[in-house]
Amino acid sequence: MGISRRNFFKILSVAGAATATAGTPARAWESQAPSEAYGCLVDLTRCIGCRKCEQACNEVNKLPPPDRSFEDLTVLDRKRRPDEKAFTVINRYYSGMIDDRDQLIPTFVKLQCMHCQDPACASACIVGALSKQENGAVNYDVTKCIGCRYCMVACPFEIPAYEYHDPITPRVMKCTFCYERVANEGKLPGCAEICPVEAITFGRRDTLVKVARERIKENPGRYVDHIYGEHEAGGTSWMYLSAQPFEKLGFVTLPDHPMPRLAETIQHSLYTYLWSPIVLFGMLSGIMWAFRGKGERQEDHEGGNL
Amino acid sequence: MSHHLAAPTNSKFWTPGVVALAVVAAAGLVAIIARYIGGIGYVSNLSTARPWGLWIGVDVASGVALAAGGFTTAFLAHILGKHYYEPVIRPALLTAMLGYTFVVLGLLVDIGRSWAIWKPMIYWNFNSVLFEVAMCVMFYLNVLYIEFLPMVIERFKGRVRLPGAPDALNRAIDGLLTLADKVLSKIMWVFIIAGVVLSCMHQSSLGALMLIAPTKLHPLWYTPILPLLFLTSAIAVGYPMVVFEATVATTSLKLDSEMKILTPLTRFTVFLLGIYLALKVGDMVIRKTYVYLLDGTAQTNAFLIEMTLGVLVPWLMLLFPKVRQSRRWLFIACTMIVVGVLLNRVNVFVVGYRPPVSEAHYFPSIGEVAITAGLIAGLMLIYRFLVTHLPVLNKPVKEVTA
Repeated sequence: MGISRRNFFKILSVAGAATATAGTPARAWESQAPSEAYGCLVDLTRCIGCRKCEQACNEVNKLPPPDRSFEDLTVLDRKRRPDEKAFTVINRYYSGMIDDRDQLIPTFVKLQCMHCQDPACASACIVGALSKQENGAVNYDVTKCIGCRYCMVACPFEIPAYEYHDPITPRVMKCTFCYERVANEGKLPGCAEICPVEAITFGRRDTLVKVARERIKENPGRYVDHIYGEHEAGGTSWMYLSAQPFEKLGFVTLPDHPMPRLAETIQHSLYTYLWSPIVLFGMLSGIMWAFRGKGERQEDHEGGNL
Repeated sequence: MSHHLAAPTNSKFWTPGVVALAVVAAAGLVAIIARYIGGIGYVSNLSTARPWGLWIGVDVASGVALAAGGFTTAFLAHILGKHYYEPVIRPALLTAMLGYTFVVLGLLVDIGRSWAIWKPMIYWNFNSVLFEVAMCVMFYLNVLYIEFLPMVIERFKGRVRLPGAPDALNRAIDGLLTLADKVLSKIMWVFIIAGVVLSCMHQSSLGALMLIAPTKLHPLWYTPILPLLFLTSAIAVGYPMVVFEATVATTSLKLDSEMKILTPLTRFTVFLLGIYLALKVGDMVIRKTYVYLLDGTAQTNAFLIEMTLGVLVPWLMLLFPKVRQSRRWLFIACTMIVVGVLLNRVNVFVVGYRPPVSEAHYFPSIGEVAITAGLIAGLMLIYRFLVTHLPVLNKPVKEVTA
């Protein structure tokens, strides 16, 4: 065995030092949510399903022309998901409510990236290509991306899409929160700007929560008492008000804590300063050293370990 | 040490079985070429809701788990000093080295930008479980290559005869090998221990990958102790994988069966697999997930098969000394354990993964199956090539049969 007594004690002292530094109580997980994040409040009681937001999104983000025109409302006949060619889509739901002419009242639901306060995708991303910006946007940096698609596994809203048919340079595709427009041009996101019925309100997230509460308070009969996105997955920059319970409108029920909390807590408590691998290395060296004589009695003295 | 018994088998390479493997590997190669022409979407059924499929479940997650024979045998023979088991180290090391090499090849096919695979070395995200897995796999792959080097050195030291090369060059290379041999034997202990540490880290972190998706993974598998379950199952499958691989290799190459080593080796498995079984059952009882067991869904049935045929039954079998002493029954029990761990990884990453919003279904395409099968066949071909030409497997001991 190539391990000497001196080496062994050297390792032990390194391991000991490492445990001492890491021995301080592991810091509790803390949210990294930006305090001045912007967001959007979508009022589903106002949305008329005109698909203007889809069209604006397509133009602002220079996405390929759609298979069927944005004026064609028959696409609402089946449920869609955002994909690599459409960052936002509208779906139509019937809750069973009827108007005074016995017509079913539709509820339209706009889907896009929720821009979580503590995004699972950003925590998961192996290279940090996804990151939560100060202005609230969850931004994607294609120059770092390797295409592992762990962001798609992690996202509780199943939003990031992928250019599966690009063999060499595929990208993760999702709503950008019109980051460039908002941050550099002082404009609204394309969808919020075009909405003819002001169903999408852009603003500081904390302000939007207040606005939403006021709307519920002033019109308790109009809304269910729930701001979807205020607490879901630790809070999202996009939030919703609705007349119908959210679970009937395709919204996924999520825990209130941020999705990355458990995995990050485990990772950081084990690997801060790499203390646990160092301790394990020290322990194994100790065991190897302690048992080193045992085998030698039965064998020749060739040395070496393999 | 007993490695002077290991020798190149020098057996015939192109047997009918090898030809069949080559055909499967060639089909996989065609599918890989198609993937790089038409994109991942051209050959696979992967989608927005199902971004990970057969390749991650089998090529990567199972590949890593089933390569655990490398660090578990190294721990036993080198760290605990149980040199009796040294004859199985070299084949286990070769399996691990090839296993991890093919994990990386599988990853290259799976990630969208294969050419960017080096980027995690520059862009670090310490919050990402996958980042830690990637770093460990990268370092461990290099550790495995270093641990494998002595076999290459032993084969060529003192007989470097490059065709057409001047004497001086041959002597220079020989000198390098001799020097490497000397240096390596002094510092190899560092790599052996590093290999065990790196393995413990990423085997467990592979389980931690899914902790970020609590709403997507079926509750039968989603548990905060998923990293611990991945680590204990990897440790438990190490020796059964050695038995599986040794039995297949010795049968195929007509070598001694090594039961003298395999039988006592699997005594440890009773204990190690028992720990995993206890953790699995305990977790199920504490989280009360047994309520799902009889609901008849595909997930539940997959879980029941994984746990009974993959863990419980082979564990009970190994309790009997008669099973451990019988070459056939030991092989059957160990194969069940190997398949059980494979099923577990596939269940965690594929079967148990149910995206609640889109409820998208996934079944691997022919292209995905072709690539996975092709990679496995390629691995087996290289294994056979290397044991034919390098001192990995043990020479038949003639005098015993006399």
